[in-house]
Amino acid sequence: MVQLTLPKNSVPKGGRHFPAPAGATNVKTFKIYRYDPDSGQNPSWDTYDVDLSQCGPMVLDVLIHIKNNVDPTLTFRRSCREGICGSCAMNIAGRNTLACIHGHEECPGDKISISPLPHMPVVKDLIPDLTLFYAQYASIEPWLHTETPEPQKEWRQTPEDREKLDGLYECILCACCSTSCPSYWWNQEKYLGPAALLHAYRWIIDSRDEATGERLDELEDPFKLYRCHTIMNCAQVCPKGLNPAKAIAEVKKMLVDRVV
Amino acid sequence: MSFRTPLSTARGLGSAKHGVGHWISERVAAVALVPLVVWGAYSVILLARMDYYEAVEWIRSPVNATLMVLTLGISFMHMQSGLRVVIEDYVYSHLNKAACLLANLFVCGLAGALAIMSILKVALGGA
Repeated sequence: MVQLTLPKNSVPKGGRHFPAPAGATNVKTFKIYRYDPDSGQNPSWDTYDVDLSQCGPMVLDVLIHIKNNVDPTLTFRRSCREGICGSCAMNIAGRNTLACIHGHEECPGDKISISPLPHMPVVKDLIPDLTLFYAQYASIEPWLHTETPEPQKEWRQTPEDREKLDGLYECILCACCSTSCPSYWWNQEKYLGPAALLHAYRWIIDSRDEATGERLDELEDPFKLYRCHTIMNCAQVCPKGLNPAKAIAEVKKMLVDRVV
Repeated sequence: MSFRTPLSTARGLGSAKHGVGHWISERVAAVALVPLVVWGAYSVILLARMDYYEAVEWIRSPVNATLMVLTLGISFMHMQSGLRVVIEDYVYSHLNKAACLLANLFVCGLAGALAIMSILKVALGGA
């Protein structure tokens, strides 16, 4: 739903400042969004002056350093620390990305802002509620649909057909793309978003799948699919370098092929 | 508060199973408008140099009248189609959305019909 201003209880107010330890020479300031639903308070922007000589090169290293040494209440998701689990997706310096593979040197300016993925309900601090996002992924039925009796060994696929899945199967569902899409911000109750649509296309072009028509039927909808206006934010921010906009365009082309 | 499951929310009312027609018609209109708008701009320059009687004579040519009708008709159709998407994007409440969609359809329809009627009136000798 279009909401150009934040509700009163979501407007960030104030914030604490954590100075760098005495004697620190390589200092950078991180402005981090804080929200604790148990406090009943509005969110705030806390600033942390971090001694970069004490932590690793990635933004996730900085967050872990803050949590371990400065402020243990800072809350964020992280797991693999190598860009494969998608847990630490957040908005860093105005751009959705994975904190674990985004170096703090790459961020422009002296002060780096870090906030949760945009336009999602916030559970706490940097943790967005991705329930609907995952449900949208489930709604495209991301598994092989077949009617032919299962072969004794495996469903066979030529190397050429397998190649068609490259650039699609690598998606880790971090939600950077969907939450950077203005169309998804305004209509996420009805629009599936780039990530779910990329996965939908991954199953549509899988040569082993037998439900291509039904999958296209399910997507042909003015909102589920056609809210994509080719804004391309998804392709710009994808930390895995994928192009969901192209996958969506391919689905639109296949729908045209059915009628022309 | 709702006990509806996330999957039920995501599925919503299901697929409308249409949309490709609108998508194709938007693009076909856009393609058609490329030569028509170039011709339209050229015509405006030509018309600016003519006096009233020359201009009426120019519009009475079947080719010019047909191209003018097509340019304006397709333009208003394309405008309605594009604005409809913008309204669907940004207007959320059912009542406001219905009112805006109807207003868009009626205003664009009326403007298009008026433009075409005006051209026909001149072209068919009424001016």
